[in-house]
Amino acid sequence: MRGVARTGRVFAICLVAVLAMGASSNAARFDDIGHKLMCTCGCGQVLLQCNHLGCPSLSRETAELQSDLANGQSDNAILIAFQNEYGPTVLAAPMFTKFNMIAWIMPPLLLLLGIAGTVMLVRRWRLRAAGMPPVEPDPEIEKMREKIRKETEE
Amino acid sequence: MPTFGSFALLLALALSAYTLLAGGIALRQIAVGARSRVAPERLAETARRAGIGTFAATTAAAVALVWCAFTNNFSVAYILHHSNRALPGPYKFAALWSGQEGSLLLWAWLLAAYGFVLRLRHKVDVKLTAYASTILAGVQVFFLLLLNFAAMPFSLVSGPVPADGFGLNPLLQYPEMVIHPPMLYLGYVGFAVPFAFALGALMMRYPGEKWIHITRRWTMVTWLFLTCGIFLGMHWAYAVLGWGGYWGWDPVENASLMPWLTGTAFLHSVMMQEKRGMMKSWNVWLIFATFMLAIFGTLLTRSGLVSSVHAFAQSPIGTWFWVFLILVMSVCLFTYILQRDHLKADNKLESLVSRESSFLFNNLVLLAACFTILWGTLFPILSEYVVGNKVTVSAPFYNRVAVPIGLFLLFLTAIGPLLAWRSSSFRSIRKNFVMPVIAAGVMGIVVIAAGVHPWEIFTTTHQGSFYAFVAYCLAALVVTAISSEFMRGAAVISRNTGQNLFASMVQLTRRNTRRYGGYIVHFGVVVIFIGISGQAFNQTQEQEMALHQSVHIGPYQVECEGYSQDTNPNFDTEYALLNVYRDGELVTKMAPERRFYNASQQPLTVVSNHSTLAWDLYIIYAGKNPDTGQPIIRLFLNPLVAWIWIGVAIIVFGTAVALVPNMTAAAAASRVHAHAEAEAVTVQGGD
Repeated sequence: MRGVARTGRVFAICLVAVLAMGASSNAARFDDIGHKLMCTCGCGQVLLQCNHLGCPSLSRETAELQSDLANGQSDNAILIAFQNEYGPTVLAAPMFTKFNMIAWIMPPLLLLLGIAGTVMLVRRWRLRAAGMPPVEPDPEIEKMREKIRKETEE
Repeated sequence: MPTFGSFALLLALALSAYTLLAGGIALRQIAVGARSRVAPERLAETARRAGIGTFAATTAAAVALVWCAFTNNFSVAYILHHSNRALPGPYKFAALWSGQEGSLLLWAWLLAAYGFVLRLRHKVDVKLTAYASTILAGVQVFFLLLLNFAAMPFSLVSGPVPADGFGLNPLLQYPEMVIHPPMLYLGYVGFAVPFAFALGALMMRYPGEKWIHITRRWTMVTWLFLTCGIFLGMHWAYAVLGWGGYWGWDPVENASLMPWLTGTAFLHSVMMQEKRGMMKSWNVWLIFATFMLAIFGTLLTRSGLVSSVHAFAQSPIGTWFWVFLILVMSVCLFTYILQRDHLKADNKLESLVSRESSFLFNNLVLLAACFTILWGTLFPILSEYVVGNKVTVSAPFYNRVAVPIGLFLLFLTAIGPLLAWRSSSFRSIRKNFVMPVIAAGVMGIVVIAAGVHPWEIFTTTHQGSFYAFVAYCLAALVVTAISSEFMRGAAVISRNTGQNLFASMVQLTRRNTRRYGGYIVHFGVVVIFIGISGQAFNQTQEQEMALHQSVHIGPYQVECEGYSQDTNPNFDTEYALLNVYRDGELVTKMAPERRFYNASQQPLTVVSNHSTLAWDLYIIYAGKNPDTGQPIIRLFLNPLVAWIWIGVAIIVFGTAVALVPNMTAAAAASRVHAHAEAEAVTVQGGD
């Protein structure tokens, strides 16, 4: 029992150490949030990817971002502040709020429904196939299938 | 020449309209057994010849436009806006597709060219080809109507003709831009052929899977063109746009990816129909969807429906495309409803753990990826319509939603080849999966030891390391699975023939090019995934550099040797000369520049890139500090980018292998041919 507790403690210490290795600095947060914002100069590019010479929007927005980070604001608060100042199009992706939630939920939901539907369909086919007499094969089509089988398998 | 071009377009429209009407009437008469003064077979033949004539007329129009570009005929509005006297010859040629009207003419010409080949090869199956030819003529009529009445490439300028043109967009003055759009269009337009065959086969209740057999090579070649077009576009964006990346999830990029995804799904699922007579309705709808998405992509690019950095300007032709799309959808739906009983499957899936189900899931995931991209592209419009606010859906959305789907697809690429048709036993699964799973585990340990920290996903908002880790493990899984497939077959040949393993692998591939060519394509996809996952470890720096000042990035030291400016009739340029050192030794000299094009009055960044297998040192001349006159240099260290382009080369090679007939089949065909010649029997063509 004592051995289990000791192993648990060692595991917990390792986990904390491992997690601490990835703790984010302000520079990393600047890079991260800078890639979640759009440049408002009209170039249609992510803020830190805008390559316009002397772009006024780029310098203004990055200065604001750096100032917000220096003031210790959270990532979410910074994004909301930018959204309030520049409008929702300044965010490179919609936030998890109200209607925008649909944008995030739909694709994985559809994939999961598709997988569930496919599994159910296959089960139904299997049950139906078990109760049906074998289909009489068309010799012409079977000949072509045999040719294809030879082409695609050894 | 503009008058000649306009006449050629009108003639092409008349000929294609005749192909559609005469072909339609002839096929209807044949279907109901009606007879008239002109035999339907003869009427169909005139339609076929008119279709060939359409190609000649469209070619004449395209030549006329290129001629106008080369002769600096600025009385033509299109040439005035997309060319100038100092423009180099190849770019004058590229002016054909650098604007709205010209690129539509290229669409029409490529469609006519595909139609020309199809109509010449009509003996493959006269009746089915007649249906396909008539359907293609319908598509052709739409594009020629556009060119004659809505987006006229030969419109003349009103008032006095300017002495010089406004020039080609500088972003398009890059060698790849001479090949990228035609490749992409060859892909988009090419899907019209399998679409026409599928719709034709459904209309005439064509028995069996022969239409798939006939169109297999068409589809593969088309898919290859689209693949090359997409990756050339990526390379162009990387080399020209100068933001350090190659894919920005821009709506226009997304538009090209959507038909590619459904086309890829089609290429996989047709195998189930060919081998087991399953998924008939699914396949028909996949190819319908692929063609409609190609049209939808063109609509997105041209209607101004969504904001994009490189879409054509908003124009009224969007309405034309909507009408055409609705028409195509209605015809497909109507035909399907009428003939759906013809598409009953011969077999059903027998097990969830089988090759068939892996194809099914592969299709599902590809379609989910396609839906995600379509959803992300259109969500800003939906949001504006529902809540009155337009939002941006860019890279962070796709990285979070589409990347996991892509990784799931990579996982399926690994397990598919290891499962047997019909059903796989637990024993065979265990036997086939042991090595790939061990390889994935070993790769995971190696990647962590190399400094990748997948657990960062739990502590930061940075998901790149985690995705890269999963991608490397799955890459090992797929490569081992593919290699074991090759090794198993090659070992048998080696045992029987005494050849070495490599020679046996070559022979194995030649015996079954489609299967092993497909595996090579999968290998190429893995290499691309490895290349893309390098993005998680990109580094960037920006610095104003004085003479002989240095900056460090990754293992490189970059020193400013000098900076200067130059001029020529086409553009003025500013550039920096940089020496790149590694471990104190000079590796290369680089010269990023910034051009200013005189005719178009637009600037362009010319990237300097030093590419190795490990990383790209990608340098941009970001500008000049007006106070000091010193260049501002932006440096990127982008790991593994070269792998993406290598992966594409492998895909091209794999597809080429899959297109070659099997060695045994070819030998048999030559024997049959020799025998037939001896007996003086005419052998007619086939695929």
